[in-house]
Amino acid sequence: MSHDQARARIQERFGVAAEGGGPLLIVSVAPDRWVELATFARDSLGCLYFNFLTAVDWKEQGLEVVTRVENLDVGLALVMKTRLGPGETGCPSLQPLYEGADWMERECYDMFGIRFAGHHDLRRILLPQDWEGHPLLKSYAVDTPHPPYR
Amino acid sequence: MEIKAPTPQIPPAVWTEFKDLQEWEKYRQERPEGDKHSALFESLTEGIHHFPGGFVVTSAADAFLNWARKSSVWPVTFGLACCAIEMMATFASRFDVERLGMVPWASPRHSDLMIVSGTVSIKMAPMLKRIYDQMPDPKWAVSMGSCANSGGPFRHGYHVVKGVDRVIPVDVYVPGCPPPPESLLNGLLLLQEQITYFRRTGRRAAPTEKVD
Repeated sequence: MSHDQARARIQERFGVAAEGGGPLLIVSVAPDRWVELATFARDSLGCLYFNFLTAVDWKEQGLEVVTRVENLDVGLALVMKTRLGPGETGCPSLQPLYEGADWMERECYDMFGIRFAGHHDLRRILLPQDWEGHPLLKSYAVDTPHPPYR
Repeated sequence: MEIKAPTPQIPPAVWTEFKDLQEWEKYRQERPEGDKHSALFESLTEGIHHFPGGFVVTSAADAFLNWARKSSVWPVTFGLACCAIEMMATFASRFDVERLGMVPWASPRHSDLMIVSGTVSIKMAPMLKRIYDQMPDPKWAVSMGSCANSGGPFRHGYHVVKGVDRVIPVDVYVPGCPPPPESLLNGLLLLQEQITYFRRTGRRAAPTEKVD
């Protein structure tokens, strides 16, 4: 399956035109179609390789979750984005679909405070368990005192 | 879309579960003066020191003990970041600290010196303090590199201790990012010079209180 066919199928199924050029497809969907898009990418487009998952803090416009999955056989890369909306921190989890999303979502929860609904073990992964706040949010002051060592 | 936020089960921090560390903290608080010799030894040496002509004996004994301490400073191998590479180079054959009587030792219980080489994160600081507390007195600490001195380039990060002297008392600061082995050797020689004038009571400085 070429990337033009993939583009057409995404247009047909989700009604959004994929951005990006060539074999790189960038698709933005609403959070309630997030799992559906990931299932479609894995099962229909054959994107079995989970590259990364991260988030972007757009301040007043809320958080955006960004994921990249790839089909290594045909050289197809799909970047999936979803805007959670202002003040929202809930997002469906991709961990039941992709095993690779496990630690990525834990890190994302650690740094951005996004609660992934359906994740089997949502704990902090890098920071200490008693840490307060989520450091990569733009609203986090980097010099926040953290007793006893700061 | 309505998603109920899960409440993650937060286990207690690891280092709170160790009983002996709390016991040790209590022990330290009972002895705010640092490590002192026993009261009997103290009164005996004081008596000799104030006996006419006795100061010759005590100061000669001091000089001998400090020479012995200075000549066998065993650093615990505590590498944290890229400074550890330079520390290893200092330990290796080209620079060879063993000619100064320093044997890099992999156990804190046999060591006299901790070279904090690298960035100390807030998560690492309790472990660092635990290792430092496991070392027997008298003990010294060398802060190696910008990160351990002040936080360095990561000073305004969210997770870095802004200087290891907020955790443990430091005797010698070695600047550099990272300091070359010559720099660290200079710091170790400075430390040996300090130990030469180490006081008989072994009283140590407290960690620096810093406000910024």
